[in-house]
Amino acid sequence: MMDKQTTSSLLYLDGVTVSFDGFKALNDLSLAVEPGEMRAIIGPNGAGKTTMMDVVTGKTRPDGGEVFFEGGAHDLSKLDETQIAELGIGRKFQKPTVFDMHSVEDNLLLALKNNRGVRSTLLWRASAEQDKRINGILDTIRLKTLRERVAGSLSHGQKQWLEIGMLLAQEPKLLLVDEPVAGMTDLETQQTAELLKEINREKTVIVVEHDMAFVRELGVKVTVLHEGAVLAEGSIDQVSSNERVIEVYLGR
Amino acid sequence: MISAALIRSLDRNATIFLAILAAATVLIPLCNLLFPPESAFHIPTYLVSLFGKYVCYALLALSIDLVWGYCGILSLGHGAFFALGGYAMGMYLMRQIGTRGVYADPILPDFMVFLNWPELPIFWYGFQNFAYAALMVLLVPGVLAFVFGWFAFRSRVTGVYLSIITQAMTFALLLGFFRNNFGFGGNNGLTDFKDILGFNVQSAGTRASLFAISCIALALGFLICRAIVTSKFGKVLIAIRDAESRTRFLGYRVESYKLFVFTLSACMAGVAGALYVPQVGIINPSEFAPGNSIEAVIWVAVGGRGTLTGAVLGAILVNYAKTTFTSGVLAPYWLFVLGSLFIAVTLLLPRGIVGTYQHWKLTRGEKKAEAAASGAPRAAE
Repeated sequence: MMDKQTTSSLLYLDGVTVSFDGFKALNDLSLAVEPGEMRAIIGPNGAGKTTMMDVVTGKTRPDGGEVFFEGGAHDLSKLDETQIAELGIGRKFQKPTVFDMHSVEDNLLLALKNNRGVRSTLLWRASAEQDKRINGILDTIRLKTLRERVAGSLSHGQKQWLEIGMLLAQEPKLLLVDEPVAGMTDLETQQTAELLKEINREKTVIVVEHDMAFVRELGVKVTVLHEGAVLAEGSIDQVSSNERVIEVYLGR
Repeated sequence: MISAALIRSLDRNATIFLAILAAATVLIPLCNLLFPPESAFHIPTYLVSLFGKYVCYALLALSIDLVWGYCGILSLGHGAFFALGGYAMGMYLMRQIGTRGVYADPILPDFMVFLNWPELPIFWYGFQNFAYAALMVLLVPGVLAFVFGWFAFRSRVTGVYLSIITQAMTFALLLGFFRNNFGFGGNNGLTDFKDILGFNVQSAGTRASLFAISCIALALGFLICRAIVTSKFGKVLIAIRDAESRTRFLGYRVESYKLFVFTLSACMAGVAGALYVPQVGIINPSEFAPGNSIEAVIWVAVGGRGTLTGAVLGAILVNYAKTTFTSGVLAPYWLFVLGSLFIAVTLLLPRGIVGTYQHWKLTRGEKKAEAAASGAPRAAE
């Protein structure tokens, strides 16, 4: 029997280890994210950022350690992707993966929090309430005029926003956002930062990012990962003046 | 804009398709039965049965399009479900022969008497009853697909690996049904049918009715498929086809969706097989041949996968071509023609006939809209 954790954290990782053929992608990683917080996670390539996301969303099983959600109520290491998604953890991938053949509206419709069973989708009917929710999200992600467009024809930045919109539609408690501004223009980057701040008013958000300017723009607590473990944690100014961080980022 | 236009054009396609099908359902049997053979309007019975065969193939193609075109499951074993439905119908027809067989045994089909079997095997029980046989037509392919899909989709077997094991499935059944002791007539299969529901299977009236029933089954299959692909369920299927793991992260149980659609598709293929058998008068293990399943996939590719009407069109066109070729001097080269056709379609017409047409209409519509949008300010000047 696993002890119930006495923690206020929404997401709690303790001593998580993942190895691939002997290579330790995560090495005794510990991390706690409080409800309502926005956390930025940075680190050089291979630091374990994406693997950490994979562990939280159930794509990868940890070899050791604990992964708890909602103050220890759920042990994520024992659940699969679908169950974790149902619990309220949404993920935006590094490469935008929207459904190219569907319209912007249908992409959001598929993501809307709803019964995901075979029977309920077969018998599904459009409703005014769902329409309202879709409209609200379209407003937030600034894609209202592109409602009927096929998602495959959107620009890269628009696809990223649509994905964030799909994440919102799921009404998750925790959003994991993997490199939201990769390949975006400066203006789009700035708009994305605003968008995430807006979302953070209601939701807990974890952002993984390379772009330091963007992280500075967010102005939130930063966790630096290196070789699968936490190297430093604090405000962006604190971590960017940390000697170990400078060494890892700049010293190579 | 695009999606709305797509739905509208599909709707028109669907209406045209159903109208043509309804006309064929009525006119072909009428021309066969009402006009005397010397009339120019007369359609001979052999042609009615040939068309009936095409319609059954079209239903098989439709079932493949549902899983392949919309859910990305490339099944190379749908011929097995078709054949199993056919065998269930064949068993009913065998039991109807009664004492009219060569050995005149009231219970045992000829091949069992020939093999000196003392009594009817248990799995042949009940097949003298049409309702029971009809249920088995749905149940046998359905249960096989469910069990197969349960293991395959749960273990996340996808893509080419899934195609290979479906191919292995139909090949295994081929080997099984070839054996005499399997109890289904070995390599001769089931044939020499006399009656179906009391009507002579050879008579023109029965042939015409079977054709009409096949058309109705095709129309029903089409309507079911359309209802599915235009529902939210259908949107999830397309999502699975295009980005399976993304769909999973959205919280959909991908394996349940696949299992449902695969099982339903197998039942449709079973019905197609059951209607096929009384019209061609025989079912034997060669129907399980892996080549048959692959051929059916080619029909769908030619017509355009993910379009439903394309699957039907492809099945009819390719089979018409096959009939024409194999009855002439070019008969030995049919497989080369089929192979080249597949290569040509894959390279030159990846969307298939109907898919290319729809795409052409859409892009033309968009260009018009763009021209109108860019033309408007100039007109205002």
